[in-house]
Amino acid sequence: MHEVLKMVAQRLALGALTLFVVSIVIFGATELLPGDLASAILGQSATPETLAAMRAQLGLNDPAPVRYWAWLTGALQGDFGVSLATRRPIADMIEQRLGNTLFLALYAAALAVPLALVLGVLAALWRNSIFDRVANAGALSAISFPEFFVAYILVLWLAQSGYFPSMVRISPTSSLADKLYMSFLPALTLTLVVTAHMMRMTRAAIINLMASPYIEMARLKGASPLRIVLRHALPNALAPIINVIALNLAYLITGVVVVEVVFVYPGLGQLMVDSVAKRDIAVVQAIALIFASAYVLLNLTADVLSTLTNPRLMKRG
Amino acid sequence: MSLPVFLILFLISSFALAFVFRAGLSRALPHNQAIIARDMPLTAAFGIMVIAVYLFVAIFAPLLAPFAEREVVGSQFQPWGGAHPLGTDRLGRDMLSRLIYGARNTVGIAFATTALAFVVGAFLGIWAALRGGWLDQVLSRFVDALMAIPSLIFSLLLLTIFGTSVLTLILVIAAVDATRVYRISRSVAQGIVVMDYIEAARLRGEGTWYLIRHEILPNALAPLVAEFGLRFCFVFLTISSLSFLGLGIKPPMADWGSMVRDNATLITFGDITPLLPAGAIALLTVAVNFVVDWQLHRASGLKE
Repeated sequence: MHEVLKMVAQRLALGALTLFVVSIVIFGATELLPGDLASAILGQSATPETLAAMRAQLGLNDPAPVRYWAWLTGALQGDFGVSLATRRPIADMIEQRLGNTLFLALYAAALAVPLALVLGVLAALWRNSIFDRVANAGALSAISFPEFFVAYILVLWLAQSGYFPSMVRISPTSSLADKLYMSFLPALTLTLVVTAHMMRMTRAAIINLMASPYIEMARLKGASPLRIVLRHALPNALAPIINVIALNLAYLITGVVVVEVVFVYPGLGQLMVDSVAKRDIAVVQAIALIFASAYVLLNLTADVLSTLTNPRLMKRG
Repeated sequence: MSLPVFLILFLISSFALAFVFRAGLSRALPHNQAIIARDMPLTAAFGIMVIAVYLFVAIFAPLLAPFAEREVVGSQFQPWGGAHPLGTDRLGRDMLSRLIYGARNTVGIAFATTALAFVVGAFLGIWAALRGGWLDQVLSRFVDALMAIPSLIFSLLLLTIFGTSVLTLILVIAAVDATRVYRISRSVAQGIVVMDYIEAARLRGEGTWYLIRHEILPNALAPLVAEFGLRFCFVFLTISSLSFLGLGIKPPMADWGSMVRDNATLITFGDITPLLPAGAIALLTVAVNFVVDWQLHRASGLKE
């Protein structure tokens, strides 16, 4: 037990370090500009007076490390400053949308993970059968489709016939059933996009193990194929499967951006795209920090979980 | 209702086409290549066929398109048929012509971006593996830090800072993807650098550039070519997504991603026109994936 705690602590420290570096990259990206942010926003025609005013407003007169520290400590306390375009506090703009985006991502994950596991196990069980081939070709195609293609096909198919709404209108007061119904199409789109990859990896991980001697042993003693896959192969395939699931949940984070725009879903991705178009760097930085943190945390969780399922990994470096 | 029927018809006809194409290819090619063509799976034949058609359309776009790329030739949102086989778009431009020109613009920009990412990423990756030491450490840790941020999010951040134009789009996506290329080419090159013939070339007194060009690159080519195909798909999808979001290639330039965005309202009336450019994107990525899958399978020498 002691070793496990030590491992978790190590990974947590590494994750914190990664987050710190990521925050530096996200903040420091603005320093790459040939001039500075103020001249980039105002453009060629800016007078020296407006430039100076803009610099003062953005706090650009302080050296970069001072500004970074102020930004980071603010962000850690939930204060991301004010939007450059609307002058509203960013925290207020984000708060509601963060909940919506998390809801959509969790909804999609709840649909996708069981589906991918079942399909992957079945494809491994009936290897090289028609089911396996169709599932594989379908998965390869689904990986190659742009999200908006999948989304519009679903709209054409399910929203045209009036089963589900093609635009998501949810408010904080909507009931859970209402929310689930309203956001079914975006969640289904995300599910289709991420299921393919998870399914393929689940199948590959199980098939990899099927050649090992202990599976041969189980087969020889007369265990049924389903029992072999579920009881003997699956537990040992858990580590790669957990990694792939986490990777795809992390992928949901970016997939959410496009899907939110298609379905006019009031989430963070939509806000980010609007802010990029308006070049509202403060909002974009805040959202990028949130998305990147979620990404790092998911990868960290996957790392810890897969190490726990396979204690041999504990010994590696 | 007609969607599943259409899908099945499409699948059957594409299989038949791929079959004919493969048969034709194994006739037309000289003997040793004909064997490869004969043995390739139908999916790969289909992929090569689709890529060839796209290349043809992209190169001869001005000859194939009935109208000019940016010309307003009719009223807006005309239905299919008549002078405009696929109707007109939001501004009354011919849909078919824009689809054809889109092959040139979208695929061309994605290809240029991938090539740029590859030149930069592969060179730095191989160089880092060759030199080792602090250079390798600094570059690798830097790339690790950049890769900790999801690529679409990082691209959006950079596009906010540098503004959205085609040139910044190419540079930003190439920079973000170069980190991924760096990773893979470094790990491939690391396996090669420890070989005896590299040691021998070093003792001969060859320079870094010679080592990269003549000793490492030829041996790293197979995995890098497969990676190029996959990377192209990623870049192509990313650029299309950004264009769809209104942050990539912008009108009046014909581009598949922004064409979907422009005409998306038609979907709500049950018109499938906006799906055509999206389908064109999907078809090309599927085709490239099929070919890469086959190449990887061939290179690894695996037989199922």
